This record gives sequence, structure tokens and C-alpha cells, in this order.
Amino acid sequence: MADPEWKPKILGLVCNWCSYAGADLAGGGRIQYPPDVRIVRVMCTGRLDQLFVLKAFADGADGVLVSGCHFGDCHYLEGNYKAAKRMFMVKRLMKSIGLDDRRFRMTFVSASEGAKWGAVITDVAKTIKELGPSPIKEFGK
Amino acid sequence: MAEKKKTTKKTETKKQDVKKEAPVKQEVRKEAPAAAAKTVAAPGATAKQQPRIGVFICHCGTNIAGSMDIPDVQEYTKTISNVAYVDNYKYVCSMPGQSVIIKAIEDHKLTGVVVAACSPRLHEPTFRRATKEGGLNPFRFEMANIREQNSWVHMHDREGSTAKAKDAIRIAVAKASLLQDLFPKTVPVEKAAMVVGAGVAGMQAALDLAAAGIKTYLIESDMSIGGRMSQLDKTFPTLDCSQCILTPKMVDVGRSENIQLMTWSEVDAVEGFIGNFDVTVRKKARGVISMEEAEAKGIKGGGCNGCGDCEAPCPVVKPNEFEVGMKPRKAIYINHPQVVPLLYTIDFNSCIKCGLCVTACGEKKAIDLEAKDEFVKVKVGTVILATGYDIFPIEKKTEWGYKRFENVITSLEFERLICASGPTGGHLIRPSDGETPKRVAFVLCAGSRDNTGIGKPYCSRFCCMYSLKHAHQIYEKIPGVQSYLLYMDIRSFGKMYEEFYYRIQDEGAKFIRGRVANILEDEKTKNLHVYTDDTLLDRPIDLEVDLVVLAAAVEPKADTNRTRKLFGVSCSMDGWLLEAHPKLNPCGTTTAGVFLAGVCQGPKDIPDTVASAEGAASAASIPIHKGEVELEPYFAMCIDEKCAGCGMCVNLCPYSALALVEKDGRTVMEVTEAKCKGCGTCGGFCPGGAIWMNHFATPQVVAQIDAFLLGGEQ
Repeated sequence: MADPEWKPKILGLVCNWCSYAGADLAGGGRIQYPPDVRIVRVMCTGRLDQLFVLKAFADGADGVLVSGCHFGDCHYLEGNYKAAKRMFMVKRLMKSIGLDDRRFRMTFVSASEGAKWGAVITDVAKTIKELGPSPIKEFGK
Repeated sequence: MAEKKKTTKKTETKKQDVKKEAPVKQEVRKEAPAAAAKTVAAPGATAKQQPRIGVFICHCGTNIAGSMDIPDVQEYTKTISNVAYVDNYKYVCSMPGQSVIIKAIEDHKLTGVVVAACSPRLHEPTFRRATKEGGLNPFRFEMANIREQNSWVHMHDREGSTAKAKDAIRIAVAKASLLQDLFPKTVPVEKAAMVVGAGVAGMQAALDLAAAGIKTYLIESDMSIGGRMSQLDKTFPTLDCSQCILTPKMVDVGRSENIQLMTWSEVDAVEGFIGNFDVTVRKKARGVISMEEAEAKGIKGGGCNGCGDCEAPCPVVKPNEFEVGMKPRKAIYINHPQVVPLLYTIDFNSCIKCGLCVTACGEKKAIDLEAKDEFVKVKVGTVILATGYDIFPIEKKTEWGYKRFENVITSLEFERLICASGPTGGHLIRPSDGETPKRVAFVLCAGSRDNTGIGKPYCSRFCCMYSLKHAHQIYEKIPGVQSYLLYMDIRSFGKMYEEFYYRIQDEGAKFIRGRVANILEDEKTKNLHVYTDDTLLDRPIDLEVDLVVLAAAVEPKADTNRTRKLFGVSCSMDGWLLEAHPKLNPCGTTTAGVFLAGVCQGPKDIPDTVASAEGAASAASIPIHKGEVELEPYFAMCIDEKCAGCGMCVNLCPYSALALVEKDGRTVMEVTEAKCKGCGTCGGFCPGGAIWMNHFATPQVVAQIDAFLLGGEQ
């Protein structure tokens, strides 16, 4: 179990149209969630190279969240399908190098799901806090 | 294949040394902008200059300042590399706030601007304008969201939100340091518009657009325009006859030179973007041709003139949907007398092709039993969706017995029964025995404001008012009748609505505040027992009535989901189409050039629907009258030296914007900028890193990741 004072470093890579808008809606609705995730916005999760996620872990991220539109709702028709395919590969890769794949998650939050965004972040933060600091950080020292 | 190769490569790197990854990436970062600069040929060529970023932290009154330590954030920001100037202001978006930015750009020779404030989805355009006014390219601006995604969601964690704001600013500065000059492309706008749905909203929007001189295609899936409003008898609170105020509009639509009406048609496919939508419309097989079509075919004096001779001999009898199934129709029919256009339609699902109608039609030769669906392509600049609503299937609330008990009807059935042109000629009857009811109960919030998971959680907004109107109508028509309104709250919020509520009270309607628990039928008399609690008198009620009218909730039209996906419009959790911003842009959507009118966006009464339609028409006419629109320059570019010509990206592109071409003896990819929408799917995949996504380039995104994870410890 991790030190309760420990602040995890979690990266959120989110699409502009659904999840970022959903996160804004959570803000408008004053839905409270833990402040552990830092957001980087891209236009579509389809933009995400799996190397972005791996780079984040290599940089010492304790967790990474990728969040896009629901299937069939992508602003660019099918970017989220392509992202999901790539991100599935990241999960498999994580397993093969012995990194707990619960540290990485892909979710689908629409522009109207502010409450869901809050729940997702709360759960991601909880999971990462349970898992503790990323072993890659230790490995690097 | 390529993906697989990449995985193996990656795994090897991991095995060797995880730490090695960072330098490898940084190398990429250094060379990519240079390579891209070559392709873009960014004027001013500031690429090599040391970035000087100005950071402006907004208090947003106490919205931000109330939840975090702004002076601490500001002190920290000064230590971030490339930051040349930091300031804070109470409202950066205000005129004086923007002046602070403009002045600082000049005074401190800034190369980039970061504003830490609200969401870029709200004020990015505002600050881009300020950045431009200060003399920089507007795309040298980046926003750190410290309100919607920070101060508002961590209101009681001052330490956490302060730390998060520092990180957010560091991430934004990292990106701003690598941003390049970009130049939006201007494209011409087609001088035509499309309105999908010809209810009162769609008709009003089309009439406004047409009046503004814009060619408008009005698409309606039903045989006639008019929509739900044409099914209504009277309208509240003025008690205008619905048809009397709607029919002139319908005729205007039919006559307008600028409106091309396409009834019995649906949107089949949509391509393109604002200014240049290519819409394929499916004209469903109607089996009947109009007089114009007949003339075009060389049939003199032929085509359907609406005489109705075909209807009589047709042997097929079906329930008429317009009359909510309470009146029969034939397989060749018009569903009510006031249809526009006056043109018969064959329901090919029930037609047995006996040919009797063809004989009856005779020399007019208007009927073609072998008609097929036709596909028509139209080009429009902007689109308004006005797809309307359906009635929630209230039989799902089994406790109220709709479809089990004959004398439980919905309010839409009531509208048809009380309407002079309806199946009973305006005589309200009990469906079980045709008798005139003397005691009528109106159950409000039937399926609305229902959190059981069966009904709808939202208020359907117009049921209170039409139930009051219904009560008035029975007092007008049936002497000695008693009405009961079983309600949770009466929401009479509009102009003259509250006055109407008092008037109905004075007319003798009884109001019982309580949610109806269940309704049971007396098997012999077919009377109904309505069980509820009178929550004002705190006593249980068993009310025996002759007729129950359920004010059923409304829900989005059945094919709304299909239509919205064609146009790339989002919906809220209950399926209503989502506006760009409920207050700042209520008619727009996140898809540029697509607007919303009427109830498809959420329940609205007729005045609100017409108002929103006029708003949408105004918004949709702006780009058309302007004649051109600016597209965000987020398109992809190929870095030729890196491209191996594998062509994987070509297949990934959802817009067919990429192609392989020969250049200097090599096969490389080329982007057709007009087709590219900037999603970056190609850039996210390219194994060689040869695709440069403007404004979201790999080095820029990686810099943000590094700034968050490595920057804080430096």
C-alpha cells in the first residue's frame, strides 16, 4: 500500500469533442473529483500514437488515461476505433514487460457525461493510488 | 504488418533500457519543426529564436482565485523555462484584460501567449483574437484550463488545485514554446441551405432562409409538412386553432420560390464540411408523380391533382398514423385533408399491387406501382436539423394501463378526438362505448420527471399547459363535465401562462397534487379507478372517472440517432441533440455549419420552438451571406524526407484526403488540404513519424507529456 501522502502522476490524453467537453461539463456542474490527473488535449483520440502512452510511462507516469467519444459518436467518424485498437496493443505490451496494465485505461465519455467523467477520474485515481508508484521510476534510479 | 514491426522494435528498446527512450524522442522533437518549417515555409521564420512566452493567469472573479493560491502559481510560473513574462488579472477575457495581453506582447517581445483561465472551448477564440491584435499569429496561443477542469472540480482542495494549476501552466508553456504560425484557409460557401424536418420549426427556419434570399432544401420524411403541430386542435394559452395558424405557413412553404420541398424523403449520406456539404437525399418510392413531374415526362395534363379517385377502389385498409390509428386509411392515401403538397402516396409495405388505383386514375397516369427509391445529391452551405419528437411509449408504465384499458388514452389521441377534423368530428368519446365522458382525469408527468428508469428524468415542458388547455376544451364542449388534473407541480412559466392556469381553476377544474400510483378498470362499466395520494390534504384518493388522459412524456424522434450521426452532431444522455453551448450558442452544434431548431434539441412549446427556429435560420444564414468561412488549419502535412511511401495512412483516413504520389523519383504521401479535417488518425499511426499534424504535432504533444512528467522535477 502506498504512502497516503504520495501524489500519483497521472496523464490524461483526451479528445476535444467528447471527453474534454465532458470534463468541462463536470466543471460546470461542480462535480468534485481528486486532482491527480493532468490533461493533454488532442482533437481526436485517433491522433494518439501508442508511443505517447509508452513515453509517459517511460517518463515515470504512475498511470495514463485515454478518453474519447463513444463508438459511433466520433466527431471524425471512426478515430476512436483506431485509437482503441492501438491502445489495446499498449495493454498487451504492458503485460509482456511486466507493467501492471491497470495503470493504463481507455474510457469513453461523451460531451454530456460530466458525472461519468467525475466517476472515471475518481476511479482512475483510486486504482493508481492502490497500485502505488510506477516501478519504472524505481528502475530508472 | 507495420504495426507489428513497430511493436517488436518498441519491445526491444524497452528490454535494453527504458531510460534511453527520452533522448530518442527529443531528437525527433528537434528535427521535426525544422522539417515542417520547410514544408510550411512559415513566414517570419521564428523557428530558431528562443521562445519568449507570456503567461496570464485569470482569477475569474473568485471562480478560480477562490480555490487556489494565485500568487503562488504566479511565482512558480516565473521559474518555468521560456517564460518571459507573467501577469494575473481579475478577468482576462474582459476588454482591459485583453489589453494587458496585447500590451505585453509588444513590451516584452513575446513569441507565444498562454492564458490560464477557463476552457479553450469557451474562450480560445477570444484570446486568439487578442494574440493577433498584439501582433502575433493567433495560433501562437495556448490555454491552460484551470477553471472547468480545476478550480470548479477541486473546490475544497486548495493545495491540490494549486499544484494542478502549476502543472497545467507548465504543460501549456511547453506547447506554446513549440507552436508555429498557422494560416486558416478560407473556402467559399455554397449559397444554399438544408432544413431536415418540416414541422413548425423546420418550416419557420426554411421560410426565414428563403425570405433572406437563400435557396433552401426542406427535407421531410413524412408525406406532408406540418409535423406534430398539424395534429393539434388548439394551442395554449391563446386557444388559437392550430391548423388556422399553421396552414398558411404550410401553403407559404409550398409556394416559396426559394424552397425546394422534398417530402417522403430522408437524408441518406453526408459528406463535406461547412460551406460545402454534399448531401444525398433518398426520395422514398412514392408511387405517385406530381403534375410537374408528369409534364417533365411528357404526360400532358397528367400527374396527381389530389382528386382522390384512386383511394376509393383500394381494397387495403390500414390504421391512419396521423390519427394515431383511430381512423382507417387505404394503401394509397393522404393522411389528412390539408397535406402539403397535395399528392397521394402509396404505402408499399401494405400495397398488394392489384392495380385498381391505376385504372381509377386513368388518363392522368399519376400512379406507378413499380416506383423505386431515388437518390438526389444536393450541395448546401449550412444545415438546420429540426427532427422533432415522438411520444414516449407510455404503455411501458404498466401501472397506468395504457393499451390494456380502452378508456385510457394519451394526450395526442385526445387532441385528435377533440379536433373537428379528427376521427369523431370533434366529439370526445370513450373508446369503449362511444359515450361522452362526464368525468375526465388528466394524469400529468406521465413518464416525465420519472427516476424509476422506465420513464424520462426530464420535464417534457409543455404537458402542464396542454393539459390545462384540454380541461378548458372539455368545459367548452361537454356541459356538466368534471375534470381532474393529477399533478406534481403545475409549471406555467411562459407569457400569459400563469393567467391561463387561474382561468382553468375558475372554470371548475379540480387539481389534485399527487403522483398516480395505479389505475384499475371496472370490468363491467369500463370506468376507471385512479389511485393516488392527495399530498396537500394528506389522504389517499380513489377517483372513479369515465376517461383517463395520460400527458405522456416526449422523446427524440425515432431516427434522430441515425440523422445526428450522419451530420456528426452529439446528443445528451437522454438523446436530445446537443447544442454547442446552452447559453452562448444554443442553436449551433460542435459541427461547424450544422444548427438545431425546435424540439430535437430538447422539449419546447410552440413559441419557444418558433423562436429557436428563427435563431437557427439567422445563424445558418450568416456564413452564406458572408460568402466564405475560415477553416481551422489543423490539417496534416507529410514530411517527405521521412515518408517511406508505405501507404498505410491512406487507408486509415476517414475522408479520403490522403494519396500516394511520385515526387522526385520517390513514392510519398500527399494531403489534399481541402478534404483533411485534422483528426490526426494518420499522424497517430505513421510508423516513420512522417506526418506533421498542425497544432497537434508529435513534438508538441510529447513536449506536453515531458513537461508534466519531467518538467516538475527540473
